[in-house]
Amino acid sequence: MSQPGTDPAAADTFPRLLLHHAAVRGDRTAIREKDLGIWLSWTWRQVADEVRAAACGLAALGFKRGMTLAVIGDNRPRLYWSMAATQALGGIPVPLYQDAIAQEMLFVLENAEVEFAVVEDQEQVDKLLEIRAKYPRLKHIIYDDPRGLRNYPDPELLSFDRLQDLGREHDRAHPGFYDNEIALGQPRDTAVMLYTSGTTGNPKGVCHTHASLIAAASGDIAFDGFTAEDEVLSYLPMAWVGDHLFSYAQALVAGFCVNCPESSETVPIDLREIGPTYYFAPPRVFENLLTTVMIRMEDAARFKQRLFHYFMGVAKRCGAKIMDGRTAEVSLGDRLLYFIGDLLVYGPLRNVLGMSRIRVAYTGGAAIGPDLFDFYRSIGVNLKQLYGQTETGVYVCKQPTGKVKLDCVGPPLPGVEIRIAPNGEVQVKSPGMLKEYYKRPDATAESITPDGWFMTGDAGFFDRDGDLKIIDRAKDVGKLKDGTMFAPQYIENKLKFFPHIKEAVAFGHDREMCTAFINIDLGSVGNWAERRGIAYSGYTDLAQRDAVYDLVQECVEKVNRDLASDAQLGNSQIRRFLVLHKELDADDGELTRTRKVRRGFIAERYAQLVNALFAGDTHCEIEGQIKFEDGRTGTIRADVKIRDAKTFPVERERKAA
Amino acid sequence: MTSGPHPSPPPSVMGEGVHSPARRIGDTMLSVDNISLAFGGVKALTDISFDVREHEIRAIIGPNGAGKSSMLNCINGVYTPQQGRIRFDGQTFTSMDPHKAATMGIARTFQNIALFKGMSVLDNLMTGRNLKMRANLLAQAFYVGPNRREELEQREKVEQIIDFLQIESVRKVPVGRLPYGVQKRVELGRALAAEPRLLLLDEPMAGMNIEEKQDMCRFVLDVNDEFGTTIVLIEHDMGVVMDISDRVVVLDYGKKIGDGTPDEVRSNQAVIDAYLGVAH
Repeated sequence: MSQPGTDPAAADTFPRLLLHHAAVRGDRTAIREKDLGIWLSWTWRQVADEVRAAACGLAALGFKRGMTLAVIGDNRPRLYWSMAATQALGGIPVPLYQDAIAQEMLFVLENAEVEFAVVEDQEQVDKLLEIRAKYPRLKHIIYDDPRGLRNYPDPELLSFDRLQDLGREHDRAHPGFYDNEIALGQPRDTAVMLYTSGTTGNPKGVCHTHASLIAAASGDIAFDGFTAEDEVLSYLPMAWVGDHLFSYAQALVAGFCVNCPESSETVPIDLREIGPTYYFAPPRVFENLLTTVMIRMEDAARFKQRLFHYFMGVAKRCGAKIMDGRTAEVSLGDRLLYFIGDLLVYGPLRNVLGMSRIRVAYTGGAAIGPDLFDFYRSIGVNLKQLYGQTETGVYVCKQPTGKVKLDCVGPPLPGVEIRIAPNGEVQVKSPGMLKEYYKRPDATAESITPDGWFMTGDAGFFDRDGDLKIIDRAKDVGKLKDGTMFAPQYIENKLKFFPHIKEAVAFGHDREMCTAFINIDLGSVGNWAERRGIAYSGYTDLAQRDAVYDLVQECVEKVNRDLASDAQLGNSQIRRFLVLHKELDADDGELTRTRKVRRGFIAERYAQLVNALFAGDTHCEIEGQIKFEDGRTGTIRADVKIRDAKTFPVERERKAA
Repeated sequence: MTSGPHPSPPPSVMGEGVHSPARRIGDTMLSVDNISLAFGGVKALTDISFDVREHEIRAIIGPNGAGKSSMLNCINGVYTPQQGRIRFDGQTFTSMDPHKAATMGIARTFQNIALFKGMSVLDNLMTGRNLKMRANLLAQAFYVGPNRREELEQREKVEQIIDFLQIESVRKVPVGRLPYGVQKRVELGRALAAEPRLLLLDEPMAGMNIEEKQDMCRFVLDVNDEFGTTIVLIEHDMGVVMDISDRVVVLDYGKKIGDGTPDEVRSNQAVIDAYLGVAH
């Protein structure tokens, strides 16, 4: 007979996985946290004890199987332990976004019928006390950091230490209770509830089972070869499915070490100190990092600047190829230069970014710009893209190392089935699929087809290599008159990756061809104009210059060349475009507050221009109302030029190699 | 670095009931009796008396040139008043000197930031611990044995202050490179490093925007609450003063023209005149 917890196959729930690691690698570090400037660590055995004490403490307070527990705060070891403790008792942890205001939290707490909450600090306690006035069912609030809470008179408020003391007493009084609770847990039980952001309507609680999360985590681990030796930095919100998967589920399946930063502001420093081997960040984080590097480079000495720019040139030429292992395509000279560059520039740069030890880095959630993507890959960071959503446990597509393409998200992961619905929507069957939306059978029925496919709402297709390409939200995708698929956002994103183009709006649904409105970036184009000695009085003036049109045309034609290489989208190349006489603005209702273009509204408002584009006119006079920042309105009148852009023959088939 | 310890939006500057009910104001800790200070023919302070009780926040307000900073300078011994006495902790002094004031547990910050610009935040705070160091200069130079242990103890205290003031992310950054609001916070940190019983703050919120002021108010209140430190502060922003202080002294042209709770001072005609300006 083996000891309890040593058999990995029997570890089919998270609490059992924790016991398994405590038995197999009890003395290895499981989690670290930086506190008072020092990295503190806990071994797997210590974590198992801490979780046990917390779980028994919750039980002593009356926590029962099937109840929910809210977890609110930055990534802290004790908050992760609270999740494990809840699961050990057969409860369901519900992590919430820590920066949500009380009103937003109220909905989720009520919906999930939360009676217990474990929170980080005074800030969250204050919010919950405010909520409790409206939602008296919320009884026990447990906090991690006691600062400022010493004098709160509330008897239902207790510190995590106190909870664990209660737990140890309870454990002594009820031997066997804890082990029995864990034994009662089933893989089909709900392990966690993650609320979707709720941009459309109220947030929905996505219920994942132990089985689905463990399947998704094991799949990822097998795919990228993660082991107990890996290290991650957990810095993304705990309520987000990605963090739950990377910092909790995968860590518990693979047994690797999770590091909690000191505070959200110290992440870059902590990243450097820890040097994780596995890293995830949304594109904007990569972009911010790159901007910081570029700004610091501007301040560097002239020699260093020249060195940097020279070797970045080398990296751009051959870095990505070397990364992909296609060394045969790189000349010997370039390989030598890249080697020197690695010693002088790329290595130190990776070190500054905290990426020296990274084996695998992922990005996802939004389109990433080609320059950004190539930059990291060319300096030797194995940055790849993945695709998935809360409902699928982020287990749908991942790019395999060495087969990375900018505009695809890779082939389906092992065990995942994908089909493309007639309307172009991507539908998925994944081992990491949700059980249901909490108390929302209607929403569950709307998102999962009767034959068990999850409807992602994204439009996409498979390219020639079998990689999935996501192009737009399915409801925005239209068709040109000749039947070619028309994905406005895909085209707009491609245009917006050029620094000179700030916004773009593509038209083409039910039309013969695709056309576009363009907004230039006043900062970038203004700078460009100054260097060429082009004087201008403002946006409207600059936008209508022929030189600027030439500049924009170059960008548009590059996009067309790109589109031409794509059999499905090739016909939706931009035939005609114009540069708008005013900047699209949220105050005028043309953009949403999160800066997404409101295509329908714009088409209506500028119907004159749209008609002129499709009618083949070379210019169009327009007069329109604008709203100034002080609330006054005025009219703006302009004569907008329209240009034709060159298109390219579509590559139907790849030539046989 | 604008996020404070308590980002929930306060109703006025800091809101009602900012002090926790458990905080107790004790007996008189410091009293200033009939202080007069003149520089040549310029009378900076004339016959000023007031007291400060244990654990309270005491504000000194007044128009420019009213003698507020001079008053603080008398308390911690930078200036020696020509007349009057200062009683601190039962002992009476006709003159203080800064070193004695520091050893007795009085720390201060300055109107114009007085930090070592080239040194890191951490090192600046460590200088604040100097009085607490037992080892002498020579011993401190060697990082062995008891000196090492002591250095670690001091570092831990400093780290607690860094945590308290939420400046972890700039721990190793030279102070000169930090924005003004953060430098002010570091200066407060250095004063706190001395673990003072009485903290003198000379315009801790000067030149700050509303958000930075709110953060600073919160820190001042938290210091008072958590460590029980008695605070005397000079401030121009009346909103801040009225919100966070227990009692207020009002100076004008070196004379005391008001003393009492914020409400009493607000309705005092002499104070209104001094602030709104009447013909003298």
